[in-house]
Amino acid sequence: MKSSPVITISHLSKIYKTDTIETIALSDISFQVNQGEFVAIMGPSGSGKSTLMHILGALDQPTAGSYILDGQNVESLSDDDLAVVRNKKIGFVFQAYNLLPRTTALKNVMLPMSYAGIDSSQREQRALKMLEIVGLSDRTQHLSNQLSGGQQQRVAIARALSMNPKIILADEPTGNIATHQAEEIMKIFEHLHQEGRTIIMITHEEDIAAHAKRIIVIRDGHITEDKKHEIN
Amino acid sequence: MKLIEIIKESLGTLMLNKMRTGLAALGIIIGIGSVIALISIGQGSQKSVETQIQSLGANLLTIQPGSVRNSNVRQAPGSNTTLTLEDAKAISTSSTITTVSSVSPELSRRYQVIAGKNNTNTQIVGVYPEYLGIHKVEMDSGNFISLSEIDSLAKVVVLGPTVVTDLFGEGSQPIGQSVRINKLSFRIIGITKAKGGSGFNNQDDQIFMPLSTAQKQLAGVDYISSISVEAQSKEVMTEAQNQIGYLLLDRHKLSDPALADFSIMSQNDILDTASQITGTFTTLLGGIAAISLLVGGIGIMNIMLVTVTERTREIGLRKALGAKRKTIITQFLVESVILTFFGGIIGMVLGIGTSLILSKLLSFPSAISVSSVVLAIGVSGIIGMVFGWYPAQRAARLQPIEALRYE
Repeated sequence: MKSSPVITISHLSKIYKTDTIETIALSDISFQVNQGEFVAIMGPSGSGKSTLMHILGALDQPTAGSYILDGQNVESLSDDDLAVVRNKKIGFVFQAYNLLPRTTALKNVMLPMSYAGIDSSQREQRALKMLEIVGLSDRTQHLSNQLSGGQQQRVAIARALSMNPKIILADEPTGNIATHQAEEIMKIFEHLHQEGRTIIMITHEEDIAAHAKRIIVIRDGHITEDKKHEIN
Repeated sequence: MKLIEIIKESLGTLMLNKMRTGLAALGIIIGIGSVIALISIGQGSQKSVETQIQSLGANLLTIQPGSVRNSNVRQAPGSNTTLTLEDAKAISTSSTITTVSSVSPELSRRYQVIAGKNNTNTQIVGVYPEYLGIHKVEMDSGNFISLSEIDSLAKVVVLGPTVVTDLFGEGSQPIGQSVRINKLSFRIIGITKAKGGSGFNNQDDQIFMPLSTAQKQLAGVDYISSISVEAQSKEVMTEAQNQIGYLLLDRHKLSDPALADFSIMSQNDILDTASQITGTFTTLLGGIAAISLLVGGIGIMNIMLVTVTERTREIGLRKALGAKRKTIITQFLVESVILTFFGGIIGMVLGIGTSLILSKLLSFPSAISVSSVVLAIGVSGIIGMVFGWYPAQRAARLQPIEALRYE
């Protein structure tokens, strides 16, 4: 397994300011994630894990510190450059799936590729392949609202994979899904991990986190624990 | 993302909510429709008034008695009897008048006309033979009023085609028969050709008789109601107006032109006045229609703002997946432009239809100009841009995390 860093976070802080109150969401966090790692970020609500997830996903900018994603400093980019970073390097899987409503599974998977300007025949080919990976070849023309929660999340995973991103960022991916379907989702993540993809998963469920090979625990904006349980 | 893809996607989105799309477009449909319909009606009536005035005759001056022109002299009601046949004769014979080619004294009154079981109310015009040439009236059959008939106070009439239809039925040839006006019987000696025109200005709905007959047998007066004068050319119209003016002032023993008990209108004056009135009318109609278009545009903005709020999560997702500001702006602008553009096209079709139907019903020409159609479609597109701009900006400015969190 290669171990070059995909993510390097150093001395990262995020402070939210309102008129009177300053809230420190993250304070002086540093860690690295190597190519091919499967990391779970855990912590109770209000611990700052969602803020960290937003910064990792280039959806938000840190107040201080640096974030290098795939060799590129992300903390100082403009909105539109961040959009390009998100499009090319990050595959998002959200708790609420966030598929386009009343749109086919195929079109949902094709969406990031259309923002990248990939031509439509290639887009469709690749989207079909991604849907095959998540086991939805027979549902490509179903509208998003005709699919079960588990199926919708698998479409979302296919969409996350479509741009062949550097990291897959999953925010409570099983939070809205029935237990037996959650297992299926986790199997897909494990499969992707075995293929050598880098996965970062935010969760507060122990048994879901147990699928990861490294667990980072956050509490009150600090990393309190960072343990690896490498099996091989 | 290519524009054509954005257009396809926007069409899909708009089709998802047909009711709302239709209602939003309705404002523009009504706006554009009324702009086109009302302007074409306005321009149509302008055109019809102009052609009617022009068909009254070329280089025409009309002299009428006693217009209340000067505010400090109160005109007695009887003053509109100041014009006489002698005035008309003086105009045609005086040595000071050098620019006039033809003079037609006229006395017009409305009477009830009876023929057999039918009757109609129409304009009776006492005329001289010059009437025919000056007013460009042509004979369909029979003869017009002649000088000998004027001299003998003959009880003869020439009918306009509308009167013939009203009294004797379409296409009949009543020459030799007679009509009764004011208990007197008049023999029909001729029928004029149709000139067109409608409403109050229908020149086919007239009966001509010798001026002397009209004065003495019918009305019992010795004045005339107007004198029509044809100038020798367009260039000498003003000169003719002045020459006639001074002659009549002299004849009426008036020293100050401000006290004139007559008015001389040239056909151009009438045309200008009429165009001005109809022009104002068109502008007014267009203005009202433009307001409804503006309201339609605000409706579009309202709907687009609702759409942006409703689709906050979708916008957040699109941004998270790599949509740039420009892409989001384009997406929402395209949606509003599609709404207004197709609204504009439907409105245009309805507007043209309405003006065609109205012009049929009111029987005046509709003037649908290509420029107004192009303008309307262009304007509807621009309305989409203008009123879609703010909602699109709002969508593009949404922060992806805020938008994703939005419930």
